[in-house]
Amino acid sequence: MKQAAKANAPDTVTLAAMLREFIDEHYVVSAAESKRPYECDGLPVYKQMPGVVVMPSSTEEVQKVMRLCHAHKVPVVVRGAGTGLSGGALPNPDGVLMSLTRLSRILEIDADAGLARVQPGVTNLAISEACAPLGLFYAPDPSSQIACSIGGNVAENAGGVHCLKYGLTVHNVLQLTVVTVDGEIVTVGSEGMASAGPDLMALMIGSEGMLGVVTEVTVRLVPQPPHCQVVLASFDELEHAGDAVSAVIAEGIIPAGFEMMDSYAIRAAEDYVGAGYDTSAAALLLCELDGTEQEVAYGIGQVTAVFRRHRATSIRVSQSETERLLFWKGRKSAFPAVGRISPDYYCMDGTIPRRMLSRVLSDISRLSGEYGLRVANVFHAGDGNMHPLILFDESNPGELQKAEQFGAEILKLCVAAGGCITGEHGVGVEKLAQMPEQFSDAELAQLNAIKDALDPDALLNPGKGVPTLKRCQEYRAR
Amino acid sequence: MTAIAELQETVRSAAAAQRPLCIVGGNSKRHLGREPTGDPVDMSGHSGVVDYQPSELVITVRAGTTVSELQKVLAAENQVLASEPPELEGSATVGGTLACNLSGPSRPWQGSIRDHVLGVRIVNGKGEHLRFGGQVMKNVAGYDVSRLMAGAMGTLGILTEITLKVAPRPEASATLCRPSEAGEAVRAMNGLCRKPLPISGACWYDGSLYVRLSGPASVVAAAAERIEGSVLPDDAGFWFDLREMSLPFFDDVEDLWCISLRSTHDHFLDHANWLLDWRGARRWLAKRCNRDSLRNYVRDAGGEVWQVRGAEGGDEVFPERSEAYRRTLLQLKQALDPDAIFNPGRLYSWM
Repeated sequence: MKQAAKANAPDTVTLAAMLREFIDEHYVVSAAESKRPYECDGLPVYKQMPGVVVMPSSTEEVQKVMRLCHAHKVPVVVRGAGTGLSGGALPNPDGVLMSLTRLSRILEIDADAGLARVQPGVTNLAISEACAPLGLFYAPDPSSQIACSIGGNVAENAGGVHCLKYGLTVHNVLQLTVVTVDGEIVTVGSEGMASAGPDLMALMIGSEGMLGVVTEVTVRLVPQPPHCQVVLASFDELEHAGDAVSAVIAEGIIPAGFEMMDSYAIRAAEDYVGAGYDTSAAALLLCELDGTEQEVAYGIGQVTAVFRRHRATSIRVSQSETERLLFWKGRKSAFPAVGRISPDYYCMDGTIPRRMLSRVLSDISRLSGEYGLRVANVFHAGDGNMHPLILFDESNPGELQKAEQFGAEILKLCVAAGGCITGEHGVGVEKLAQMPEQFSDAELAQLNAIKDALDPDALLNPGKGVPTLKRCQEYRAR
Repeated sequence: MTAIAELQETVRSAAAAQRPLCIVGGNSKRHLGREPTGDPVDMSGHSGVVDYQPSELVITVRAGTTVSELQKVLAAENQVLASEPPELEGSATVGGTLACNLSGPSRPWQGSIRDHVLGVRIVNGKGEHLRFGGQVMKNVAGYDVSRLMAGAMGTLGILTEITLKVAPRPEASATLCRPSEAGEAVRAMNGLCRKPLPISGACWYDGSLYVRLSGPASVVAAAAERIEGSVLPDDAGFWFDLREMSLPFFDDVEDLWCISLRSTHDHFLDHANWLLDWRGARRWLAKRCNRDSLRNYVRDAGGEVWQVRGAEGGDEVFPERSEAYRRTLLQLKQALDPDAIFNPGRLYSWM
């Protein structure tokens, strides 16, 4: 991949002046103190001040920014709400950080067709809130859904608790408007659910802002289930819980959400919110079923039978909406709860085949002993997407590096178990060094060729997502 | 030499000679798209299950495996390929189905084969055998090359292996049927789909509206009470014929168009011969009509139209694309197939 021709690029003062020619001056930020909030995303171990921050308010303004940057070979990093967890929105010091938060309108909701057209800066939750009175919702629900933007969800192919039953972002988007690196508009996908030719929309989804800038998203809406209940089960062996997860899916049940917590996470969450979890348990499963009343009753019968067979020590079924939300409260606040018992934590995101859960969990626990760092596990068990939280203290010299090394070993375990290095957080800058674990040099070269074809000057989010071959050789030599 | 090594060698020498290759699976979809050209590369022998983990709901097959064979293997474990792709008298292959992204009547609810693909192996235009995606439900490492292959009709690489997410076979299904006008059927289908019902098919055909429900028997029975119409006996046969394009509607039709547009779009060309599937999002039109005016109408409605039958050799059968869209496609073609040897002209005259 070619490097941006920085030598000819204008300095940031000139760049800001050029942007102010067509964008309201309040939305072109070049003063250091005002740029500070943009120096990192949800993974603050990576920080970099951007050259200029620009906030366009329309697709046309995005096109103009891209044309300008393309003409002057200026790198552009696109940012949504900045909740990403892999450093994907880390700015470029010589470039433009384009924030799309002003593109925040819901343009249309067609309840009968089950779709909404929205701008990329709309938050994930705002879509479901706007559709709720119509009996519909937008299913993917990453844990940051209050804050994260749909544009960022598209860039990362975000998942969430509900994706086991309802799919990921890629399954719930019908159409995208994309601005290319040289400022042209391409519409990909179709409101009609079928579009001729290669699936360019799927290529854009999860491409971490490296192939184009999404300025409009048409999402699929689904009917709200009329009934919803959750089964809460405790186990005194991690292995029993892991096997129970596999067994439920093998039974032909597709829960709306299926989450697992280990003893660290259980105790931290219980101390924090008092959800009524059994703090003596080694593992806890939350299995949500939704649908018609008959559907839910049928599913609960099956799930509780499987849990009993796998030696659950207690099984509780939510008897009211209040109780259901209470059961979930512990899980939903698990990350901040872990934050209370450790100065810092590092969240991993590998995915493995479900049947490997027990084995990989016990390997992680072994590594935890070797590294002398605690790990709390709280994750999307139903689709094998693990989120081990490595607890550390950055103020202890070398501990961050140790946590990162430990994390890298966990991702190796995931690939060895037949899985992948990232299920929903993206590669960003964080997992570049792990990409060669999952891909051969020829595969990485092919990915780079795709990037190079659509963005020959490497202007869109350069240095993220896919490592260059030179960097791969360095990683492999380590 | 292994079959894959031979395939790689074929591709390398074709690339060196800039000699076009025509990728063939079961040869069941030769009438889709534009006319195939180039030396045939027969993938039908490259078949069989590579790995099947029923408890994971994941199967990996070689691309030449037929859809019928795949469904048979899944049926033994009480599982199915939920997108219900056509089997085309047993000759449709999994590779061809993904390359054409063909899906059956359940598509709006269960997704397409593109939705279910988790990973692929391909031979690219340089003859390299590459793997993208994987065997797990969630995987965001690298660009989604697996799904990019869906609909590419072989123009971006030769699929050799495909990993798919499969689904538990629903315990029961039932179809409700009632007489209806087409325009009213479009409104009724979309109205029903707003309700949390276990719908797995909704179409209008020959003066009747058909709604299929799938799931546990008790759930299907309760939902059927809420839908107007009489229970259709042998409903599996009806949906099979719809998916296989073997309903009488498709017989002896010389001009056939497939239209993809927003499901709620008003019914149009009322006097023509129509079959409305996918709750109104996919509309089959059997009529000789002016290609440009139909294309313009559908484009203005935000949709796409493909000519399935009746095109003259050399005609474009897929929708017109903007200059920027064409350029994007050609850039990708260049990245994956630099010598332009895979299925040239199959998708568009210019690619």
